[in-house]
Amino acid sequence: MIVPKKIYYRVALALLVLFILTIAVAFVHLGPFNVYIAVTIAVIKATLVVLYFMHVRYHTRLTWIFASAGFLWLIILFVLTLADYATRS
Amino acid sequence: MTTLNEPLYRDDYLNAGYGVKSWFLTLDHKRIAILYLISITFFFFIGGFFAVMLRLELMTPQGDIVTAETYNKLFTMHGIAMIFFFLIPSIPAVLGNFFVPMMIGARDLAFPRLNLFSWYLYNVGGLFTLYTMVTGGIDTGWTFYAPYSSSYTLSDPVPVVVGVFILGFSSILTGINFLVTIHKMRAPGLTWFRLPLFIWASYATSVIQVLGTPVVAIALVLLGFERLTGVGIFDPKLDGDPILFQHLFWFYSHPAVYIMILPSMGVVSEVVTCFARKRIFGYKFMAFAIMGIAVLGFLVWGHHMFISGQSIYAGLVFSALSFLVAIPSAIKVFNWTATLYKGQIEFRTPILYAFGFIGLFTIGGLTGLFLASLATDVHLTDTYFVVAHFHYIMVGGAVMGYLAGIHYWWPKMTGRMYHEGWAKFSALILFVGFNLTFFPQFILGFMGMPRRYYVYPPEYQVLNVMSTAGASILGLGYLIPMIYLLWSLRKPKTAGANPWNSTGLEWTTPSPPLPHNFDEVPEVTHEPYIYEGGSHPHAVPVSDHEAAHE
Repeated sequence: MIVPKKIYYRVALALLVLFILTIAVAFVHLGPFNVYIAVTIAVIKATLVVLYFMHVRYHTRLTWIFASAGFLWLIILFVLTLADYATRS
Repeated sequence: MTTLNEPLYRDDYLNAGYGVKSWFLTLDHKRIAILYLISITFFFFIGGFFAVMLRLELMTPQGDIVTAETYNKLFTMHGIAMIFFFLIPSIPAVLGNFFVPMMIGARDLAFPRLNLFSWYLYNVGGLFTLYTMVTGGIDTGWTFYAPYSSSYTLSDPVPVVVGVFILGFSSILTGINFLVTIHKMRAPGLTWFRLPLFIWASYATSVIQVLGTPVVAIALVLLGFERLTGVGIFDPKLDGDPILFQHLFWFYSHPAVYIMILPSMGVVSEVVTCFARKRIFGYKFMAFAIMGIAVLGFLVWGHHMFISGQSIYAGLVFSALSFLVAIPSAIKVFNWTATLYKGQIEFRTPILYAFGFIGLFTIGGLTGLFLASLATDVHLTDTYFVVAHFHYIMVGGAVMGYLAGIHYWWPKMTGRMYHEGWAKFSALILFVGFNLTFFPQFILGFMGMPRRYYVYPPEYQVLNVMSTAGASILGLGYLIPMIYLLWSLRKPKTAGANPWNSTGLEWTTPSPPLPHNFDEVPEVTHEPYIYEGGSHPHAVPVSDHEAAHE
């Protein structure tokens, strides 16, 4: 499938806006929320890249399964590692 | 099958082109498999050389042959060569490369250029590692634990780390290639539950390679970064956390054990059914068990870290999860045994190796439960018990499976039969040599002998001498197959298309196969391993057997 160029431009623009937002939020003191907001923006940006630049949105369910597996395994890595770090005495 | 209309002689993949270029630029999966076979055999003997040096040093309680520093380098280089450069690519890159397309009725892998590229990556990674080996080696252990590797060692681990990093991409590319091939290029009618179990095993292994390897790559990049720049990631002195390295490292390196053992399990399923002339017992359970091991294998890495400073809670979680792996592993062992039960077993070389696998893997697996238990692991961690345990899995399991596969498919790969007498003899002495080498190490470890020391108290000497004696038999057991397999290449190609009367699609091609494998893409109409139609006295008609399963 050929994706119209304007979609790429829009996604690129969205990424730039989110990038600027990340920097702007870093200058506002929000306590622990600074980290939460930065991570949330990063996740949105990564999702945009995966869906549009990496074409996952336009592909079959099999591609979705494999892309999701990557994230599932990332969650395994985080959760079981945190099972250690979050419970250190 | 040759018919009267076909020419009597056709070029097989070995004769399809001559000269260096026809090999180094080949896109034929079978030729790339042969290239891999040569490369990994080279590293196997390098790793073997280091093993010989280790065992010679351990013959006596005091240091005789090498210094403590050299000893540290020897076991490090032994581990790196054997694990990264032999065991992980062994079955996938050689037998998988050769037989995954042939067993699913395809003419090549999905990405032939990527396949060749992966072999080049392997060799580039290998050159970095060889560079370190010839310029002094490293002494960090194959695990590269930080902060020793990043801040303290006097040897330079960076080239090896770069080598293993590059090698990782070779592994990832092989995995991607297999996944796409198995999804997209199966012959018409070859549904998932008609796939041979070797294909299921290759699929599960590929999943691990693709999802696990990037994490060790990240760990190695961070390690190199800390060593080169002094930015604290793992070193506590630089505000880093050394346990983080272990989490990242073992997230890959525990599943890596399943990269080694799952393909062997696939081979054993092929061999056991073929030489017992029986269908596999519990096909679907076998397939799901393979996938189950692949997934559960990702949830247990913390059992390498029970005494490392990891929290007690995490230790409990990882211990409980580790026990779960025993379930699918046991399903496999029981089902192979059930397949053999009342089978018409033909004692040819491949099944001798498969028997070795089943027995030794069982011992290796059960001793793993000792190590998955928190209380016993505190006593046994970093002793020879651990060394014996993982050698039972990696050598007794993975290497036995690899040799079973090499002997099973050698007639197909080369068109030649090897000398059966020598082959059986070497299978036997490998089994004896292996047990003599590693069983005493269980006892040594239980008595408290730590691993990675080049001197030890005199009371441990008898068992160490037994182990070294066993290693010399084991070494001979590896040399003999090298000789008779190479010798077989001098013979004419008379093995025939299907010397074992196997039911696999790969055996419907001439031996050696044609460059494009199949003249016509085969159509599959039945499940694998339908052997009962033969001379077996208790043969169950296929329809009845299926009805019993419904």
